[in-house]
Amino acid sequence: MFRNQYDTDVTTWSPAGRLFQVEYAMEAVKQGSAAIGLRSKTHVVLATVNKANSELSSHQKKIFKADDHIGVAIAGLTADGRVLSKYLRSECINYGFTYESKLPVGRLVVQLADKAQVCTQRSWKRPYGVGLLVAGLDESGAHLYYNCPSGNYFEYQAFAIGSRSQAAKTYLERKFEKFMSSSREDLIKDALFAIKETLQGEELTSSICTVAVVGVEEPFQIIDQKTIHDLIESLEPKEEAPAPAADQGAAMQEDRSPEVAPMDI
Amino acid sequence: MNYFEGLEGTVSSESDSQRTLTPYVTGTSVIGIKYKDGILMTADMGGSYGSTLRYKGVERMKPVGKHSIIGASGEISDFQEIMRYLDELIIHDNMWDDGNSLGPKEIHNYLTRVMYNRRNKFDPLWNTLVLGGIKNGQKYLGMVSSIGVHFEDDHIATGFGNHLARPILRDEWKEDMSFEDAVKLLEKCMLVLLYRDRSAINKLQITKITEEGATVYQPYALKTHWGFTAFKNPANGGAEGSW
Repeated sequence: MFRNQYDTDVTTWSPAGRLFQVEYAMEAVKQGSAAIGLRSKTHVVLATVNKANSELSSHQKKIFKADDHIGVAIAGLTADGRVLSKYLRSECINYGFTYESKLPVGRLVVQLADKAQVCTQRSWKRPYGVGLLVAGLDESGAHLYYNCPSGNYFEYQAFAIGSRSQAAKTYLERKFEKFMSSSREDLIKDALFAIKETLQGEELTSSICTVAVVGVEEPFQIIDQKTIHDLIESLEPKEEAPAPAADQGAAMQEDRSPEVAPMDI
Repeated sequence: MNYFEGLEGTVSSESDSQRTLTPYVTGTSVIGIKYKDGILMTADMGGSYGSTLRYKGVERMKPVGKHSIIGASGEISDFQEIMRYLDELIIHDNMWDDGNSLGPKEIHNYLTRVMYNRRNKFDPLWNTLVLGGIKNGQKYLGMVSSIGVHFEDDHIATGFGNHLARPILRDEWKEDMSFEDAVKLLEKCMLVLLYRDRSAINKLQITKITEEGATVYQPYALKTHWGFTAFKNPANGGAEGSW
């Protein structure tokens, strides 16, 4: 993307009929760390790659619970994502209070999309720089939606956003046909595999990813690190990635401690 | 029971222009019961103006959306206002055009919010509402009063029905009654009300809601019997000095 004279304002069209500011906002999503989602008939799984500024800091929170039956994973400007999550929570709880019933995911997603659209048509606003994968359950089943800074939304069987998401998408494209009938465990395993693809060689550990699931009898919850760690361990033997990469990883884990114990003095 | 009498002086005068302080045209009891295929509701068609039985063609029960029916006792104009709120709610629900629809539970809770909020503003809707419906096989029957008291049950009655009909329902209502048995039970209650409630008239309607939809039946009258010896010959029949 190069700078041009039509990209200063979100309310300026380019001669080719494009709104550059909106497209730049979508770029921000592509720069964020990866988030993927996939769904079966009864469950939806979200997984994100945790980016931490340095080893000293904690990682960014990228998965938010909006209600017992809805959760989101974000990629892009996490501050924008946090604000939108607050909006989603607010909408869910207001609906629940008025109607004592769960807000249908499809309606929440449309409200979110309309909110994003407003920012593409006001000169004093800017588009939200975050893409959201909305996972939820309602009367009509399990749903996964992707909400884009442009105000568009789409329903997906499986999707990936953020950096190196194409690798995950390729994996998901190969496997998606069987997702509808997948069990909860298989769905989570496929999510971990997809995350692994985005890591491209880096080792998949439970500290580098976050996984959350929502299901028919299961309220939205982030799966604890220990369970993820165990699941990752169980993945290794069935690994589909080329063997040398695994060996290399194992080799790197070799004993790094010095031969002689360091003395206190 | 006039909860709001004598409040005129207690709230700022600017906001006094539009508030129900006393009801004018009122409907009497509404009875609702769950039966095998859904909910049955009954009410007479009377609109009383104080103690005058002024209007005799008032439909006090209406379908709401695809899955529910509502019945109202109390101020008729407030019921009409509530119907406007509900129409707007249902229209917006339909406009989503997404296969989701508000069921009886959602509408009941919406009405509870409306009634309670009005009560908090000292400007109540002077009704007791019965909300019944069935969605995805789940039957639902509930009630909301003008002060926001709300609950669900297998059988509901408002006004005089609380005192005269509910004892009968408690004894004789069963789970999964057939349509015929349920109608007989409702008619039994309505007959008692007809005899004993001064605001009742002998022109009643039955409304039914099932998975297929709502049906508001044509009004009809109940057979009454007044040929008691105590009425014909009060002096000899032991009616002296009695009610």
